[in-house]
Amino acid sequence: MAEIRFKNVQHAYPPPKGQKPVYALKEVNQIWEDGGAYALLGPSGCGKTTLLNTISGLLTPSEGEIYFDDQEVTHLPTSDRRIAQVFQFPVVYDTMTVFDNLAFPLRNRGMDETAVKQRVAQIAEMLDLTANLNKRASGLTADGKQKISLGRGLVRSDVNAILFDEPLTVIDPHLKWQLRSKLKELHQQTGVTMIYVTHDQVEALTFADKVVVMYDGAVVQVGTPVELFNRPKHKFVGYFIGSPGMNFLPCKLDRGQPVFHNNLLNTSYPVGNDLSGRTEVGVRPEFVEFTDDGIPVVIDKIEDLGRYQVVTVKHESEVIKMVVDEDQQIPTDNPKIQFNPDMTRIYCDDWLVGGGQNE
Amino acid sequence: MNKTLNQKAWWLVAPVLVLVAFNAFIPLMTVVNYAFQETFGNNVFFWEGTTWFEQVLRSDRFHDALVRQLLYTGMILAIEVPLGIGVALTMPRKGPWVSVCLVLMALPLLIPWNVVGAMWNIFALPDIGLLGHTLNSMGIDYNFTRQPVAAWMTTVLMDVWHWTSLVVLLCYAGLSSIPDDYYQAAHIDGASRWAIFRYIQLPKMKRVLTIAILLRFMDSFMIYTEPFVLTGGGPGNTTTFLSIDLVKIALGQFDLGPAAAMSLIYFLVVLLICWVFYTLMMRNEEQ
Repeated sequence: MAEIRFKNVQHAYPPPKGQKPVYALKEVNQIWEDGGAYALLGPSGCGKTTLLNTISGLLTPSEGEIYFDDQEVTHLPTSDRRIAQVFQFPVVYDTMTVFDNLAFPLRNRGMDETAVKQRVAQIAEMLDLTANLNKRASGLTADGKQKISLGRGLVRSDVNAILFDEPLTVIDPHLKWQLRSKLKELHQQTGVTMIYVTHDQVEALTFADKVVVMYDGAVVQVGTPVELFNRPKHKFVGYFIGSPGMNFLPCKLDRGQPVFHNNLLNTSYPVGNDLSGRTEVGVRPEFVEFTDDGIPVVIDKIEDLGRYQVVTVKHESEVIKMVVDEDQQIPTDNPKIQFNPDMTRIYCDDWLVGGGQNE
Repeated sequence: MNKTLNQKAWWLVAPVLVLVAFNAFIPLMTVVNYAFQETFGNNVFFWEGTTWFEQVLRSDRFHDALVRQLLYTGMILAIEVPLGIGVALTMPRKGPWVSVCLVLMALPLLIPWNVVGAMWNIFALPDIGLLGHTLNSMGIDYNFTRQPVAAWMTTVLMDVWHWTSLVVLLCYAGLSSIPDDYYQAAHIDGASRWAIFRYIQLPKMKRVLTIAILLRFMDSFMIYTEPFVLTGGGPGNTTTFLSIDLVKIALGQFDLGPAAAMSLIYFLVVLLICWVFYTLMMRNEEQ
C-alpha cells in the first residue's frame, strides 16, 4: 500500500527515423492517493495506457520520476514494483487449471504452498470462482477468464495498486455491469488503490471516486464525477462528459460578463475585462431553458429520448443543444431561451477562466 | 415447392474422381495386386496369399532397415525440434532484421533435394571438401565413404541443415501470434524466463509444433534422395533406410512381390505412427 506520485513524467515513443519525437505523455504531475478508486478517462490514443504502463513499469518514461511513497521506482522492473495489472484481453495460462492460474503469481514469488492454498481459496470465494477451481482455465467464458486475470492481481496481498486497462471491452453488456459492481465491491473490501482506464464515461463515472481526464497526452482535469459535470476545466471535458456535450458559444466580454451576439448573458462567475485570446461561453444543455424573455432562437430539431428530449436550436447560425423534460411543451411561437447564470462559465483559449474555479 | 431432381450434377464430380483414381487409387491397387501374387511377366499372375508379407516381416534385412529408419528419424526429430524452437525464440519480433532472418531461414528449403545431397557430398569429401578436408587437417580421421559413424553424422547433419528451417518458420509463426498482453501479464505475475516459455510460449506453439513434427516425421521417414546421393546407402548397408532398401528390392533385384508387400507395410507404419501421435496430441487439447 502506497501513495503513487508522478513528478514531471513525460514519455515519447521512439519516432520513425528523421522525425521529431511525439510526446504521448506531457508533463504529468499527479498524486494517486492510497486506497483511491480512480478512473483514467480519455479518447483512444490520448496516452491513458502509456500512463498506466509507466506505473506498472512495463514502460520507463523518458523523463520525470515516479514515487511509491518515498521510494523512487522510475527505473524499477515490473516484478519488483508490487503492481497488478489487468489487460483489455483476458490473459489466462491455458494449460493450467483455474487454481494454478490464481496461484501462479504467488508461486513465482516463492510462497509456501499451504499459504498459497489458503489465499487462492479466499480470492476464488470473492470472485465466485470456487466451483471452477479445478477446471482448465482455457474452457472458461470471456468474463470468467477476465475474473481470473483480475484474481491474479488480487491474490497478492502486497500490491500497491491494481491497474485496469479497459478490462471490460470484450465482456458481454449484461455481464459488464455485474463485473463493474463486483470491482467496486472488491475495492471496498480490500481497500487497495485501483486505477481504471476507459474511454467510456459511464464506466468511469460509475466506478471511480475520482476521475482523471486525459486529452492529448496531458491530464486536463481531476475531480469527482459531479465536479467534472458542473465545472469542466477544459472544453474537452465539457464535450467528453455528459450526453449531449456542453454548448460552447463564441462571446465577447463586457465588464467581465459574456456577450453572445449582442445578448448580454449573466454568469455568477465574471472575469476581468483584460482577457486576450479566444473567449467562449460554456453551458450544459441541462441548464438551458425556454423562457418568455431571452435569446430568440429557431428550433432546428427535436429528439425524443424517452425520459427527456434533446432540442437543437439555432441563434445566428450558432447551434445550441438543450435537454428538456419529456412532457414539457416546446414553444412554437418565437421561442426564447436563457442560460442558468450559476452554470454558465467562461472559457478562454479552451480553458476555464473567471471565478468559481475552486468552489 | 417441388424440387427438380437432376442427377446430372454428379458429372461435375467426375473430373475429381478420375484424377484421384489415376494418381492414388489405381497405383495403390496395382501395388496391392503385386503384393498378393507372383508374376513372371506377360501379365501372367499366380496367387500367393500372404507369402510376401510373411517373408518381409520375417526378414532381418527389413528389420535392420526399419531400426535404422526409426533411429534416424528419432535423431533428426530430437535435434531439429528443440533447435528449431530455440532459433525461433531468438529471432527478432520487430524491425528490419525480421525479413533478413526469414529469407535466410527459407533458403535451405528452396534447394532441390538431390542438389542438397550433391552439395553435402562435395562439402564432406575427405580430400577436397571443405568440411572433410578441414576435419582431416585438424587431425580428426573423417571419411564418410568408409566410416559408418561419419556417414551417419553427415547424413543427420545434412537433414538438420536442410529442414530445421521448416520447424523454425512454423514456430516463429506460432510465437508471432502471441499478443503482447501475455508477456506483460507474465512480467506482472513475476514469471521467470523459463515459466514464460513453459506456460505461454510452448502452449501457444503446440498446434504448429504438432504440424511441424508430423511433417518432419513423414518426410524423414520416407527420405530417399538426399542419402542416396550422399552415401548411396553405404558404407555397406549402414545408411540404407527403408525407401532406399525398397528401391533396391523393387528396381535392383526386380522382386516385385516382396517390394509391393513392403510398400504396403511401410505405408501402414507411417499411417499408424502419425495417427497415434496426432490422437495423443489432440486428446490433451480436449482435456
